[in-house]
Amino acid sequence: MTKNIVLAQGNGGEENAELISKIFYKHFKNEILAKSEDAAIIDGGRLAFTTDSFTVSPIFFDGGDIGKLSICGTCNDLAMMGAKPTYMTCAVIVEEGFSVEELEKIVRSMKKELEINGAMIVCGDTKVVPRGSVDKIFINTTGVGVVQKSGISSNSVSEEDVIIVSNEIGKHGATIFANREGMEFSSNLQSDCTSLWPLVEKLLSEGIAITAMRDATRGGVAAVLNEWAKQSKVCIEVNEEAIPVSDDVRGICEILGFEAYNLANEGTFVLAVKRSDAERAVDVLKTFEEGVKASIIASVTHQYDGRVLLLSPWGSKRFMDLPTGELLPRIC
Amino acid sequence: MSSLELKDLYDGFRNPEVIKSFQKLIAVEAKKLERTVNIMEVCGGHTHTIMKYGLTQLLPENINFIHGPGCPVCIMPKERIDHAYTLAMQEDVILLTLGDMIKVPGSHGSLQNARAKGADVRYVYSPMDALKVAEENPTKKIIFFAIGFETTTPMSAALLDVVIKRGIKNIFFHINHVTVPEVMKELIDSRDEHVNSYDHRIDAFIGPSHVSVISGSKIYAVFPEHYRIPVVVAGFEPVDVMEAIYMMIKQFNEGRSELEIQYKRLVTHEGNLKAQSLIEKYFEKVDLFKWRGMGNVPNSGLKLRDAFAAYDAEVLYKEVLPYDEIDDHKLCICGDILRGFAKPQDCSVFGTACKPSSPLGSCMVSSEGACAAYYKYGNLL
Repeated sequence: MTKNIVLAQGNGGEENAELISKIFYKHFKNEILAKSEDAAIIDGGRLAFTTDSFTVSPIFFDGGDIGKLSICGTCNDLAMMGAKPTYMTCAVIVEEGFSVEELEKIVRSMKKELEINGAMIVCGDTKVVPRGSVDKIFINTTGVGVVQKSGISSNSVSEEDVIIVSNEIGKHGATIFANREGMEFSSNLQSDCTSLWPLVEKLLSEGIAITAMRDATRGGVAAVLNEWAKQSKVCIEVNEEAIPVSDDVRGICEILGFEAYNLANEGTFVLAVKRSDAERAVDVLKTFEEGVKASIIASVTHQYDGRVLLLSPWGSKRFMDLPTGELLPRIC
Repeated sequence: MSSLELKDLYDGFRNPEVIKSFQKLIAVEAKKLERTVNIMEVCGGHTHTIMKYGLTQLLPENINFIHGPGCPVCIMPKERIDHAYTLAMQEDVILLTLGDMIKVPGSHGSLQNARAKGADVRYVYSPMDALKVAEENPTKKIIFFAIGFETTTPMSAALLDVVIKRGIKNIFFHINHVTVPEVMKELIDSRDEHVNSYDHRIDAFIGPSHVSVISGSKIYAVFPEHYRIPVVVAGFEPVDVMEAIYMMIKQFNEGRSELEIQYKRLVTHEGNLKAQSLIEKYFEKVDLFKWRGMGNVPNSGLKLRDAFAAYDAEVLYKEVLPYDEIDDHKLCICGDILRGFAKPQDCSVFGTACKPSSPLGSCMVSSEGACAAYYKYGNLL
């Protein structure tokens, strides 16, 4: 590991995982943390508990803003454990000189998203720091959810499961890139930033046998699948043609040399579902606007345990690895 | 650019049926070959296409790829990275470069490490982005650490052109542009015992199409004419590479040694004459340019002409720039890989001490590098 923290260690990929395990897991070691789930399951399995900090640039982007993101992100982590979001905290660190009007706009976004999840902010904190100490505004939210279905775990994926993605992938990452760099060709592109609890609630009420769920945030779908393959000691074989990717995202990937499955999502999740329930799960997801492109993308085998295989439409195969380093545009 | 146009860029060129058709055609031709044919893909972009799309898995065993030296990040010697690092650490400097360059370790660390220590290092999508940075930071010196082959050189020249015409006073250049044909000649003329042994002989080159969009296919004419080595200038989509391989093997079976263009949709014999004249106006050849792992290659690098020394960071900062020769890491065989006589798996530290997250050598750093391609996509055969 490097002597000083570098940006790549926050990428949701390999360097990020190394930093977490060698510094935080090492000193905070306990059984709950070691499970490495989206949210910790506490109180004898009754509650899910999670926290997340949001530092996005630009703070207002196509399809959302940092406020919406700060509620979706934390509530989605709870939803991924089969838990209904209930109580939340909100801590804001804001730079001197930040516009009050924009702050209120952000908070209104948060309120709207809280209503969708049926959750409320019950305590919080506000800090104002000198200009330049933070990039405009940082928000941390912590959430507690009541577990509706226990046993959902990324450590339990098996050959009986198939893998589904809930919608087109990479939209958030591509949008942020496009907005940050002022790329004008992506006018149709919007972040997928959305709350996933309504989709999860419906899947649970339909009795879908869900083994694992994870929202594919930093590190994208590739990071989720690699974590599952390692944690569950299985091989995930992805049918490349079945991965839903919009033309806009594909276009950005072509120009900059990215892979859509490495780009972040904020309203798209990956599910491991018992094979017998897979088609039904896709049908349920497709009843939502946010799940209209849901697709079965992979099967689970033991061909290369701990690895993710990508099967091309012309019969070749390769590994789909964890993203490494900062996402940097290609040179030529 | 609309999304429809973007889609058109790749859609037909990844058509599974077309790829499978070429696979069949190649198989038929390959049966007629008398021995294994060693094809060097000069450019790292082709290496990545071959690995990313699993093309080796579609080809018969008597077609062997040799990975070449064509990656602007991989070939950068530590001495030049130390220049970038030193420049970045100077007061009031913003150092700009392209993508992966910020990750390559020099002897003090990478530009990424310099940034973690407080240096202002930024990557740009295009050299022209320097104009905005310069405008927003009028009290800073903006140094563009220019890298790349014929493909990126015109943009550096175009930036200098704008800087001069607008009278911009705070943009400077550190030039590391290199040229493809000279290093290809070096691979053959060096008479390296490994390169020229039977197993590693370069029988044919796949020429990078983006280089020829600028310089034309003419730059490769010497290889079939003088060395009797066929060259096919090819695009980077899987269909392009499969077609180029088919064209090459046909040349072998028909006893031909020619320069052919697969990528006819943009490449001409003459290339982009306007870009070429812009390069000619601002740049001249250096006698020797050091390539990582290959040493000094004659006439393979460019520098700013003396008339433009006022914009040359290498001149302006010559008092602080280090000039000592630096050896590569003892265990790293990037040099052998770039010369085409070793494959990534031949390296004792591949995937262990040397990984994309902790690279020892440049071939693992760059997203165009052969080691990165092998590590990322795996060699499943």
